[in-house]
Amino acid sequence: MKISREDVLRVAELAYLDLSEAELETYRAQIDEILEYIGKLNELDTANVEPMAQVLSSDQQADATLREDLIVPCAVAEDVLKHAPDPEAPYFRVPKVIER
Amino acid sequence: MATNWTIDGVKEALASKKISARELSADFYKRIEAKNPELNAYLALTPERARRQADKIDDLVAAGKPLPPLAGVPVAIKDVISTRGTKTTCGSKILENYIPPYDATAVERLEAAGAVILGKTNCDEFAMGSSNENSAYGPVKNPAAPDRVPGGSSGGSAAVVAAGLAVASLGTDTGGSIRQPGSFCGIPAMMGSYGRVSRYGLIAFASSLDRIGPLATNVKDVAAILQVIAGRDPHDSTSTTAPVADYRAELAKPVKGLRLGIPKDYFAEGMDAGVRKKIEAGIEIFKKMGCELIDIRMPHTDYAIATYYIIATAEASSNLARYDGVRYGLRVDDDSLLAMYRKTRGAGFGAEVKRRIVLGTYVLSAGYYDAYYLKGQKVRALIAQDFRDAFTKVDAILTPTSPVPAFKLGERTNDPLQMYLADIYTVTGSLAGVPGISVPCGKIDGKLPVGLQIFGPAFGEARVLQLAYAFEQAGGAAV
Repeated sequence: MKISREDVLRVAELAYLDLSEAELETYRAQIDEILEYIGKLNELDTANVEPMAQVLSSDQQADATLREDLIVPCAVAEDVLKHAPDPEAPYFRVPKVIER
Repeated sequence: MATNWTIDGVKEALASKKISARELSADFYKRIEAKNPELNAYLALTPERARRQADKIDDLVAAGKPLPPLAGVPVAIKDVISTRGTKTTCGSKILENYIPPYDATAVERLEAAGAVILGKTNCDEFAMGSSNENSAYGPVKNPAAPDRVPGGSSGGSAAVVAAGLAVASLGTDTGGSIRQPGSFCGIPAMMGSYGRVSRYGLIAFASSLDRIGPLATNVKDVAAILQVIAGRDPHDSTSTTAPVADYRAELAKPVKGLRLGIPKDYFAEGMDAGVRKKIEAGIEIFKKMGCELIDIRMPHTDYAIATYYIIATAEASSNLARYDGVRYGLRVDDDSLLAMYRKTRGAGFGAEVKRRIVLGTYVLSAGYYDAYYLKGQKVRALIAQDFRDAFTKVDAILTPTSPVPAFKLGERTNDPLQMYLADIYTVTGSLAGVPGISVPCGKIDGKLPVGLQIFGPAFGEARVLQLAYAFEQAGGAAV
């Protein structure tokens, strides 16, 4: 077994994701099978391979295409707040975070 | 009225005043009304936006002014691509009522080129899926065979074009999500190179893989749409300044003498016999056109699915952290902030999305990062190297798009790994960042479409389109 029930619980906690009992066991079993399959990567010796984080070559990367740091109008605050679950302009309201 | 419109056909009909842009879009809406309840391919329609845009085009016609390249062309947009003022749900309950305050760059460019946006198309939730069955709004049916899936995740975008409910559409491709539904529904469908089309306004799934691209009824129209949406956008730092070729001008160039790689590794076990027969017949057409067929090896192909499902889920777990019930979308109330996060995400995401968040968080977590994520990044480098090596010997690579034709609704939903393995021929190009197209390559028993995939080197879109066009003109769809 690659992944235990405790692993899934720990990861769901890291991801702030409520899972039901049934989901917990289903995902554990399915992810276990997927990790088993992923294990085939260990057939490859990658000791001397540089990891690839993105596909663009160095002359195309972000640092080659950075724009100037200019202030441009971006008046979307009203639109954004209008569709928020609990807005109180100019803020998003959330449940109390710090207990006194 | 005709139902098989092309971009050129629309332009000619408008210019000669056989029809107005307004009448044309109204006609499409009539057909959508009749057929969409069965197909479930559109999630939302935008008739007011369409009318405003159509009127602009009709004003140009009336004033005798030149028409932009996509004047009056009715198009559909996958629901993971932001449209200002129109709900963009990503096929998810967590964004059921989300209305973006801005347009994606690709959408803005389509409209600037005269296209008329008819509505938003159904898709797998956050583009995670290969059958469109992971949509919170129900599956899409394949117009070619209504008991079968249209493919995914851009199932709605493929179905509306195949059913004549849009002239073209935008989809997104992370591991095959444009090409595979194109193949299942029997239409050409393309992803350009990573960095070719701006991702600004594309709601992120896996940022190092996600690409926006066109689906249409013919290769020339695919080229015309790509032409409009391609190119540098200051809002996306990964969109490149590499020059955009004149794709339509290059289409008709002769393909004789081009070297085409046939990777043995793609023709291994697991391919449906009917698909194999059609692909072999398709390859024969290229031979008859005078292309040189070269056997090549891409030795890391067999590791692509494993690599893809590490990289894609890791990136997804990070990207989807933003759905926290604070700024947009669903919130499930609780007195505690952390419990509000957990409940909102637990209730708002569907099964496949949760599964991928758990897997992605796991492969990035302390103690497993090196064994999974770092290993995945290293094998990704080997897969990209396979492509670079191949393109020193050949001009393009031919493969099947999918090992199987469209499967039956419900057939694979209980086995995620089996569903993932259906992406085996498409994820390689996604990981490597190269452009790829799926073109119709006959139908099994005259019914189920097969797609042939053409990969080109990075920023070799013109070559890919040229080969696809030659294949189409030589009768590839009827092999």
